[in-house]
Amino acid sequence: MAMPQTNALSEESPSTADIAVSARNVSKNYDNVEALKDLSLEFPRGQLTSLLGPSGCGKTTLLKIIAGLLEPSAGTVHVNGQAVTGPGPDRAFVFQDFALLPWASVIRNVAFGLELRGVATSEREAIAEKYINDVGLSGFEKSYPHELSGGMRQRVGLARALSVDADVLLMDEPFSAVDEQTRRKFQEDLLSLVANENKTFIFVTHSIEEAVYVSDQIAILLPRPSRVSDIIRPTGLREKDLTTIRRDPEYLDIVDEIWTSLKTYVE
Amino acid sequence: MKIFGIRLPRMSSLILWGLLWEIIGRIEFSFFVPPLSAVFATLFEIIGTAAFQKAMYETSYAFISGVFFAIVIGIPTGIIMGKNRLIDELLLPWVNIFLSAPLTALVPVLMVLFGFGMKSIIITTTLFAIWIIILNARAGVMQINRSLIEMAHSFGASSWEAFSKIYFWAALPEILGGVRIGVIRAVKGVIIGQLLISIVGFGALFELYSANFLMKHFWAVLIVLFALAFTISEVLAYLERRVSYYAAKR
Amino acid sequence: MMNRSLLLKLLSAFIVFGTWEIAGRIPVSYAFPTFIESMKALFDMTVDGRLFAAYGETLKPLVIGVIISAIVGIAVGLWSGLNEWFDWLFSPIFIVMQAAPLAALIPLLVMIYGIGLTSKIFVVCIMAMPVIVLNTAGAVRNTPSSLTEMGRSFQASNWEVILKIIIPAASPVIFSGLRLGVSAGFIGAILSELKITPTGVGDIITYSRSIADYASMYAAIFSIIVLAVLFLNVLEKIERFLFEGNNRGYASD
Repeated sequence: MAMPQTNALSEESPSTADIAVSARNVSKNYDNVEALKDLSLEFPRGQLTSLLGPSGCGKTTLLKIIAGLLEPSAGTVHVNGQAVTGPGPDRAFVFQDFALLPWASVIRNVAFGLELRGVATSEREAIAEKYINDVGLSGFEKSYPHELSGGMRQRVGLARALSVDADVLLMDEPFSAVDEQTRRKFQEDLLSLVANENKTFIFVTHSIEEAVYVSDQIAILLPRPSRVSDIIRPTGLREKDLTTIRRDPEYLDIVDEIWTSLKTYVE
Repeated sequence: MKIFGIRLPRMSSLILWGLLWEIIGRIEFSFFVPPLSAVFATLFEIIGTAAFQKAMYETSYAFISGVFFAIVIGIPTGIIMGKNRLIDELLLPWVNIFLSAPLTALVPVLMVLFGFGMKSIIITTTLFAIWIIILNARAGVMQINRSLIEMAHSFGASSWEAFSKIYFWAALPEILGGVRIGVIRAVKGVIIGQLLISIVGFGALFELYSANFLMKHFWAVLIVLFALAFTISEVLAYLERRVSYYAAKR
Repeated sequence: MMNRSLLLKLLSAFIVFGTWEIAGRIPVSYAFPTFIESMKALFDMTVDGRLFAAYGETLKPLVIGVIISAIVGIAVGLWSGLNEWFDWLFSPIFIVMQAAPLAALIPLLVMIYGIGLTSKIFVVCIMAMPVIVLNTAGAVRNTPSSLTEMGRSFQASNWEVILKIIIPAASPVIFSGLRLGVSAGFIGAILSELKITPTGVGDIITYSRSIADYASMYAAIFSIIVLAVLFLNVLEKIERFLFEGNNRGYASD
């Protein structure tokens, strides 16, 4: 097939200098269940890598191990060459259920990461203000999460992750709880974020179309035992016009190919 | 809770507390705390006595009758409230008031109206249990998925069939939840009733033991009561879990 | 036009009090005064100040007992929600207390502490504390895991997670535990006045009964029930006002 694509960790992957995050031989067992088995994967700097797979393939587990929220049973994760031992200022997490403090206003929620890092009130509110503006929520600073729509809540979650200025943004199915239209808008915004901010994005999703639409690199994870079955780089798509990607034959081919490889794992 | 990789059962710390009790009793820390072993010895002695069996019989009788009336009156009332808006609006304020009211205050009224006997205790028990049963049956009926009822009607179910095959079963988890809390309240009600009308059941027994400072006897009866109450509540919680397995999925 | 709900509430009250009045006029029992007689007795004891003196007496063990239960109960509940060992050790006691008819302990408390204020405070405490402890511990355990993970992902210390995430997240359930505790405390306070020594409102009830002044007895009982229900309703309103939206705002709504 005529598409830019490589198999797992072949020589074509970018040189180590450009690797922001790397997972080496990571395993994770819960009691007797193997959630991840001997998984290795590299995440190029400044790019968006999707972890795509059916439910139960351990993609969220891998993301939480990278975040330092879970400890791997074996193997290591390196971020900027440093081994991960716990959460750190170089990574920020965007949660599937937003994880907003329901009793705190939008501005306090956005500034919460900075608050925990001991930044003074006036300074952190100025920073939060900037990111609230960036995600398009200005005017809602004093609102509370329950007064916002699902999409707006996730914008708050995104602004909070951006405000701590971490190198790596970890996103756990961030758009799965918002409606389809909002989701499309989010995907476009995410692409411009990847283009403008010099950050590394790791993005968990179960939507094939979403992964192909936003990613520089897609790691396909398969369950039982969990492993990286394939790495796909839809690099050709990144140069194309956003508005027509979904009609592009290359886009459709990649979506189709991924579906073919995943089909057998869907109950 | 795990220790050395072995999972300790949920209520197992009570054994530790029992040991502590035994030690405090043995060192004769207080006249009011006899050793647990002595209490148990007394327990086996008094279990066979006529006074204990009479108290047990009277209490069970009052308890079972009280719960019976609470269920038989409470569940239909709740279902009717759930289905009829006018009746619901007329009754709901009173149900809410009696749910949070200190019903103990009503016992003296029951005493003057129904006498110092079994009748007042049964009514006290019913009063403690009934309100939550009504409220839960009502909530159960109100949360029934509309499409279930429409489905039944689309297959030509009569109203009675809709009631007996859909309403009751769909509301069953909530109804049982209400019955469980109601029964726990009834246990408290029957004891409060007996304490205030202290010539019947365990109330009379407590008077006798405390007047004569029979500490071991007193504790023995308390242990029996607490163990019974706890067992009743656990059994009902177990039954409720058995039924509500489908509640999450409907 | 008045709204339907208020109108029906008034109608409902009218039916109930009307039935009470008619039943009292028949009379259904020599010990059943009419509604109007009872309200007149209530008015009289309010005007001559007897009612206020009685409540001063009745509310003392209730207030002290509820305050002690709140402080001890929330502390124990927080600790057992946070620490598995502490939970294993202490929760069973409160689980048993929650199910058990604790009123049966009253004769024992009287033997140990006599018939004074201490016993009454104890009665209020044993009634009010279990629900406060169990609600607090449950609320702490049920803090959404994504919120604590969020805190940890921003490198919050354990204390920051407890103070800035767990306790605020748990406070609605803790507050409703307090409300249920107050409700149980009322039962305890009245029970101790009727069972241990008649003081305050319990004294009015007991004394009026002994001299067959049933109107005053009904009035006192009516007043304590109204007071308890009103107070608990106010607490519920405060709860709604304080924690409005606190349980919403997650992805699941």
